[in-house]
Amino acid sequence: MSEDNKDLMLNIDSLYVEYRTDDAIVKALNGMSLQIRHGETHGLVGETGAGKTTTGLAIMKLIPDPPGVVVSGDIQLNYLDVQKATEKQMEHVRGSVVSMIFQDPMTSLNPVMVVEDQIAEVFEQHEKVNHAEAIKRTHEMLELVGIPAERGKEYPHQFSGGMKQRVVIAMALAGSPGLIIADEPTTALDVTIQAQVLKMMKDLKDRLGTAMLMITHDLGIVAEICDKVSVVYAGRVIEHGTLEDIFDRTRHPYTEGLFNSLPNLRDRKAMLKPIKGLMPDPANLPGGCPFHPRCNYVMDICSTERAPRVYRTEEHYVACHLYNADNIQQGGMIQRD
Amino acid sequence: MTTQATTVDAAALTKKYKKQSQFSEVWRRLRKNKAAMLGLAIMILLVGLALAAPLIYDYDGDVISQNIKNRLQPPSAAHPFGTDEMGREILARVIWGARTSLSIGFTAVLFALIVGGTLGAISGFYGGIVDNVIMRIMDIFLAVPGTLLAITIAAALGPSTINLIIALSISSVPGFARIVRGSVLTVRDVEYIEAAKAIGASNGRILLQHVIPNSLAPVIVHTTLNVATIILTIAGLSFLGLGISAPTPEWGAMLSSGRTYLRNASYYTMFPGLAIMTTILALNLLGDGLRDALDPRLK
Repeated sequence: MSEDNKDLMLNIDSLYVEYRTDDAIVKALNGMSLQIRHGETHGLVGETGAGKTTTGLAIMKLIPDPPGVVVSGDIQLNYLDVQKATEKQMEHVRGSVVSMIFQDPMTSLNPVMVVEDQIAEVFEQHEKVNHAEAIKRTHEMLELVGIPAERGKEYPHQFSGGMKQRVVIAMALAGSPGLIIADEPTTALDVTIQAQVLKMMKDLKDRLGTAMLMITHDLGIVAEICDKVSVVYAGRVIEHGTLEDIFDRTRHPYTEGLFNSLPNLRDRKAMLKPIKGLMPDPANLPGGCPFHPRCNYVMDICSTERAPRVYRTEEHYVACHLYNADNIQQGGMIQRD
Repeated sequence: MTTQATTVDAAALTKKYKKQSQFSEVWRRLRKNKAAMLGLAIMILLVGLALAAPLIYDYDGDVISQNIKNRLQPPSAAHPFGTDEMGREILARVIWGARTSLSIGFTAVLFALIVGGTLGAISGFYGGIVDNVIMRIMDIFLAVPGTLLAITIAAALGPSTINLIIALSISSVPGFARIVRGSVLTVRDVEYIEAAKAIGASNGRILLQHVIPNSLAPVIVHTTLNVATIILTIAGLSFLGLGISAPTPEWGAMLSSGRTYLRNASYYTMFPGLAIMTTILALNLLGDGLRDALDPRLK
């Protein structure tokens, strides 16, 4: 993979992040690894508390410290070593190399500033242009996300949720970053607006050639816009592959469980098969494979040893004891409906 | 925006909604509050009177020159509020007193707001050791009752208008620092601050553009109420002889000199007392109204 690294926008290598409080040490990321190529959309799927958002914040170097501590690991963002970067460097990077779309557009806009000033801030910060020029560019951005430029003079509370998220997207795109981290960008929107916003994000991303890290727990969104998918469990990628690999050649029991928890439109009487149990407490993770207490295929080895990666193709890999180099190819270790 | 018609529509819409800034929201809600509007009306009247004082009464002729012949006249058509022991028109002195009290009150609060606000904002935003050092110093000031602190400072610096302003500001600084810090703390961790960080905004920019404008609501309320407290303290200090010195008209000083004649000329103390009461009441009504109008939960 070494010659491949050249066209990597982002390379996270075995990242460990902990939140240290007086009561407990919460292990948010436990050997997180992630590669995103330029222009690629990468889905990061997992339950609440799996470490998805922490991954996003780590890339921006915005993990709240205290209590967050990056214990070890390496983040390369377009040749920049994020861990070694100074705050000044990061201020430059945020917004122009990497930017973030937050989950809730209702709270991610400043309520006392008109929206065009908030977007113009990006231009003023990164391109050292004067206010008038920044506003002009802002109007172009607003039109790009489908908001009439005239509405730029309004306050966030005068926009609907979907419109606000468009503003947030315009803000994220304004510095023409190489990577956008979208942290559940559609969770706070209703379904019809979700589809609109997703489509727009996809179009803009393709048009501008931006890579995107799509953090979500909605497999529907993943199917719609992602090229690659990483399934995260307890702060670690347990299965990674292309969209087709994950959806059609599922290997990991947890990934399988995620699919089985989706309602089946063809058979409406079919019962959902939720994954038993709950996400483990990240302050007190089970030993071995953290998924073993909930796994239907649990073996003795699962509770003692962490599973190594087994590669099915160069891209698709699984971290599960069920598999070895031989049986990974044909699959069939888990039953799929 | 392809046709002329849609452009016009959008422009009309923009015009219609443009005015709905947070300020106009607050003003709309404040207008509904009758008590607050009464307070505002009284304050406008008082400020107007204070500004117009030179037009109504001549300072040298009516306010400070003695006219022993007319001493201690009860209220009448010629002397609406009566006269004091020097034969000076009490109405003239009350109106000119408003000038003194209000200007000192607002100046002192402004200083306290700037100094305390800056300290509080830095303290709340940066946290940690900076916060601890600033707030512990503020705690030392808070440990001494405000009026007592003002008396001590005024006594140490000697009676003069500037010293009085300094004394009153210093005793109000810790209150402002606390209020601003608390307010900044609640805003600091809000998502749009994180979003501002995510677009690469610097700390200074975040503090000035995002944190401070969003933490103003409680500060505005505290400012209004603090003006009232300070006017009361000025009156108190002048009553004790530490504030404004004679013959400058000042409500507290008038109370002080009037109390000798309380038995025979109660109007002498009543009118400056009423002036103080009305001002404090108006400011409190306004402050309470602002508190309600700025409270986002009532939206």
